[in-house]
This record gives sequence, C-alpha cells and structure tokens, in this order.
Amino acid sequence: MSTSRLSEQITILIVDDETAITELMAARFLTRNFNVFKANNGNDALDVLNKNNMIDVVILDVKMPGLDGLETLKLIKEQHPLVEVIMLTGFPTVKDAIDSMKLGAYDYLKKVVDFEQLLTMIKLASDKKLKHDKKIIEAKNL
Amino acid sequence: MNITDNKTTQMTGLEYYRLFIKKMVILLVIFSLVPLLLINTVLRHYFLSSYSDKVMEHMTELIQKHKQNIDNFLQERLNNIRVLASSNSMEQLTNEDFLKKNLDILQKEYDNAFVDLGIVDINGIQIAYAGKYKLVSANYKDSTWFNQALKSKYYISDVFLGLRGQPHFIVAVKKQWNNKDYIIRATIDFNTFNSMVEKIRIGATGFAFIVNKTGQLQTRNMYNLQTINGTSVLDFLNKIDLQKEDVHAVQNLQYRGKEFIFFIVSLKEGQWRLIFQQEQGDAFSELYKARQMGIIILLCGSIGVILIYYLMSRKMIRFIELSEQQREKMNEQLIESGKLASIGELAAGIAHEINNPVAIMVEEAGWIQDLLKEEDFKDSENVQEFSRSLLQIKLQGMRCKDITFKLLSFARKTDPRAVKTQINDLIEEIVKLSKQRAKYSHIEIKTEFEQDLPELMASPSELQQVFLNLFNNAIDAIGTANDEGMVSIVTKRTGDTVLISFSDNGQGIPKSNIARIFDPFFTTKPIGKGTGIGLSICHGIIKKLGGDITVSSEVGIGTTFELTIPLFLEKDTETPLFKEL
Repeated sequence: MSTSRLSEQITILIVDDETAITELMAARFLTRNFNVFKANNGNDALDVLNKNNMIDVVILDVKMPGLDGLETLKLIKEQHPLVEVIMLTGFPTVKDAIDSMKLGAYDYLKKVVDFEQLLTMIKLASDKKLKHDKKIIEAKNL
Repeated sequence: MNITDNKTTQMTGLEYYRLFIKKMVILLVIFSLVPLLLINTVLRHYFLSSYSDKVMEHMTELIQKHKQNIDNFLQERLNNIRVLASSNSMEQLTNEDFLKKNLDILQKEYDNAFVDLGIVDINGIQIAYAGKYKLVSANYKDSTWFNQALKSKYYISDVFLGLRGQPHFIVAVKKQWNNKDYIIRATIDFNTFNSMVEKIRIGATGFAFIVNKTGQLQTRNMYNLQTINGTSVLDFLNKIDLQKEDVHAVQNLQYRGKEFIFFIVSLKEGQWRLIFQQEQGDAFSELYKARQMGIIILLCGSIGVILIYYLMSRKMIRFIELSEQQREKMNEQLIESGKLASIGELAAGIAHEINNPVAIMVEEAGWIQDLLKEEDFKDSENVQEFSRSLLQIKLQGMRCKDITFKLLSFARKTDPRAVKTQINDLIEEIVKLSKQRAKYSHIEIKTEFEQDLPELMASPSELQQVFLNLFNNAIDAIGTANDEGMVSIVTKRTGDTVLISFSDNGQGIPKSNIARIFDPFFTTKPIGKGTGIGLSICHGIIKKLGGDITVSSEVGIGTTFELTIPLFLEKDTETPLFKEL
C-alpha cells in the first residue's frame, strides 16, 4: 500500500508496451519536474508499485501483452487503492471506458493525447490523491 | 457437358419449389378426389340400384292393379251375362222385348259398356237380338268366337270387326234348353274397354295396350311399334314366357333411337297380354335428375378442390418467391455487410496500429518542442520555424488520431440484442465516462432523471452509442469558447413513451442545416473532425426501436435533441424490430 505524499513533486508511473512512448513521455515529464517510473507490462507495473510507495498517478495503456490494462487496473486498485490511474488507449471502446470507470480509473483518455490535457488530468488526479493522503494523515494523528 | 448446358439444365431453387409444389398439389388433388370419387361411385351405385328397384316395384304394383282392373272388368261383364242367362228362362231370353229391357238396364248400369245382346242357337243363327244393329237371324256359324264359345261354358272373344265392321268383342255364356245348346252373347263396346286401357298413363310417355296370343292388338296403340333386330316388337314381347300372375319387366330395350322399358302381364287367363311401355328416361326421370345432380355436385366439388389447391399453390409459390427474393436480398446485404465488416476490421486494425506510431511522432514533436525551450536553442535563427513546424506535426498527428478514431467507431461492433434496459443507469454511466472531459472543457453537466422510469427493451450498447454521440456533440458544440458551458440531460415518461433530451448552450445549428442533420455523411465540423455518420447512426437506432429523434436549435443559444422511445410493457413480448418482421 502506498503511503501518503507530502511533497509537491508528483510521482507518476508510465505503463505502455511501446518503449518509445514510455521513454518519450518520461523525458517530457522529467523536464516538468515530475518523478517518473516506467514499466512495459502489467506485471512490471505492479512490481514498481510494490517497490515504490510514493507513486501518485499511473498512466496505464489498455492493450498490452500479458496482463492487459483493465486487469492491471483491477490489481492496482486492489493492492494500492489510493493510487489514481489514468487509462490511455489507442483502441478506445465505450465498454472498456465504462468498465475502467467502474474499476476506479480516474479517467479514460485516447491516444494521441494532447500533452497539456494529460498534464491537467495528472494534476487533477494527484490533487485528488493528495486530499485523500491528507485525510489519512489527519486520521492517523487523531 | 459445358458450362452453358449446366446453366440451362440446373434447376434453380425457385423452379425446384415450383415443381415440388406442383407435385404436391397433384398428389393432394389425387388423394382428395379419389376418395370423393369412390364414395360418390359407391353411394351412386347403391342409390341408383335401390331407387331403380323402388321405381320398378312401384310400376309393377301399378301394372298389377291395372291388370286386376281389366280382369275384373271382363269378369264382371261375363258375370252380368251369366246372371242374365241363369236367372232367366230361354222363353224370356228369346223375347226381344225382354232382351232389350235387360240391355237397357245393363247399358245404364255399366255406362254403355254393352252394345247389344243376342241369343244364338247351335246352328249359329241369332234367334233373338237387342241392340242398335239389325242382326236378327245373323249367321255366326263360321265365326271363330261362336265356335270357341260352343267349346266352353263361358267365353270372352278377341277383338274383331265382325259383321258390323266395327272393333268389338263378345262375352258369351252357353246355356242348355231342351237339350240344345244356346249361346247368350253380349257385345262389349270397344271404346269403353279401350279407354279404360288408354287411361293407364304413367309419366309423359307411359301407356298400355293389350295384345292377344298371336300378337294382334286388342286395343289401340299410340306408337306404331316397329321392329327390333328384324323381329316385330309385339312378336318379341309375345314370345316372352310369362308366369300366370307375374309382371315381367324388360329394361333397356332400344328402338327408334330411345331406350324403353316394358312391363308385360297376362290377362284373361293367359289369353291376352297387357303390355305397358314407357321411355326409360321418363320412367326414371327423377332418378336421372338425382344422378345428374350428383354428377354436378361431384364436378363442382372436384372443380372447387382443384381450384382451392390451384389458388393455394399459387399463393405458396408467391410466398416462396417473396421469401426467395427476401433471402437473396438478405444474402446480398449479408455479403455487403460482410464486405463492410471486413473493411471495418481492416480499418480498425490499421487505425489501432497507426495510433501508436502517431502517438510517438506527436510525443517526439512535443519533446523537441520541450528541448527548444532550453536556453541553448532559444536564440537559434530558425527556432520560430522549428516551433511552427513542430506545432504542425502535432496538429497533423492529432488529425490522424481523429480520423483513426472515426474509423474505429465505424468498425466497432455493437451487440444489437434487445434486453431490459434502464435508461437512467445507461446515461449515468455515459455522464461518468465523460465527466473529466467536460470538466476539462469547463462544462457543467446537469441531469434530471425521472425516478422509477420503466425499463426499455433495447440494446444497451446501441443506446450507449446514441447517448455518447449526442453527449459528445453537445460538448463539441459548446467548445472551449464558452466558459459557462452546460449540458442538460432529462428523462421522463410521457404516456407509453420515454422522453430523453440532451440540451446544450453551445453555438446552435443554423436553420439551413437542421433538415439535413440526420443525413449520412453530413457534417459541419472542420475537415478531419467529423465524419457525419454519428447522428445518422443515432437516427437509425432510435427508428429501429420504433421511436423518434428530433432537434430544435437556435444559433447562439443552444440545441436540444429529443428522443422518444416507446415503452413495450410486459404484455408486449416482441421488440419493435420483431414486430416489423
């Protein structure tokens, strides 16, 4: 389970089977002062999450070999319920979108995504998580 | 066999069905008509034979009765003379006044059946006479009747012309007086006797006549009887062996081009024969009428059966033809949709595969843009041109994305199966799905759902498609220009329909475009932004559900799409789609 975040730096995990995408996005987020982790499949993503409890937002591809995005989302939400997940797919369907929302995804975005829109979404998602974290800290201090 | 021959000899499905139905109809006709014919034949046979027997029986009875009448008449006339002979002495009988007086009594009593009375001695001389002819002393010595009369106590002669030259016959009684035989005779009026026989009429052609043993007519015959196969009819009939009291019937005797029926019975203890003849068609006219009626009914029934089967077969062929046409049409549609599906799948595959490279390209462009912001490049000579070019790459990449998504949505398969669907839940899901996008675009979503809205029989995925389309259109219409964008979704029940409205306060649709808004491939969005099939698909889906979709819009104020979908309550088990079928 992830612990609460106190710093303003947002930590994200980018999960995509296309290494070029994870690398590029990571580079771009790094230049924007994000703390970035990368994974190329669902299992790796879960490993990263288990090893790093500071991750705020996961950008998760839907179509991936092995564990697909929805399965990974389900496991993430089971193991790390406070981590916000933004689904990112090149093959969007209404069903997948609804299923994702039902499983607890923060949003469902289509590739090619406008980077600015993605940044906004990540910030909104991390704010949500921050609020949760604060509530948990407050609860612990009581 | 070459291909052309194959084409000509090969039987098409329709031809096969036609032949099959023809065979079926022939079999049905045979199996329907054969029992009908058999029943008709059997019934007809029994009916005809029993009715024929009845007719024959009836006629036999009539002939018997007439024979009795004639025999009675002759016997009574003979008895009259016997009484006269036995109750009076010869002195009285040979007295002409006495004789005349008795003749008057007899004529009065028996309606002029007696013409005259006479007493003839053994030598054939008429010794006394009463009557209108002058026959006193007439000599009958050589007359057949006289000689025959002498041989027995009573005698009735055949009809003959005699001395008076008029047809008549004699009733004679032999009486002894002074050891001598005398004949007391009476002449019976031929016309009286003949009219009695002539009165025997049955039907239009039935009449009777009498012949003697040698075949000579004893009464008038209305027909001139001719010959059959060289033999005279009278001879032919006379040769028939008769039992004493029996009526003998001869049927189907053909002469003069017609069939006749004859009844023969003996009279006067076998001396005469009463012959009754009638045209068979007349005798059995009622029977023949019934037979004709039976044939007409059979024919009408058969024609009816054939006609019904013929019409039925035509209807079946028509039905099959229509089914075949529909099947062919559906096949064509299936092939077309198969082609479309293949194209769609191909497009989807390509779109999916293209999205990732395009995403990488756009990201790369973004990355370069990021790098250009670094200090080292800021003062570069071509930095502005680089920025413009990178922006263009990003823009075109986004355009590619829009195109591939349209391709994907076109190719996407939806489950068309109708199930019980709660509209409110479905819209709730769509709203949830698009909430972030709306938030990003500063658009407020207002929902007003009627509680306890009945479930609809519809395909959820199709309705999702409709709602998402309308919702996205609303968001697109508002755009980013309007900071107070609002999309309002209302559901309510009105009678037997559910009303769903999607309203936005976007830019609105010009009046000139409203009429064409549901036309396929009509779009007002910029190139690459819209394909123009979304609303057309929505329209098709709602129409399939038996509902309607309308739009009202005002430029600058906003647009409202209203959907009305009929409710199919529990009693309606079929969806409108099935009803159409």
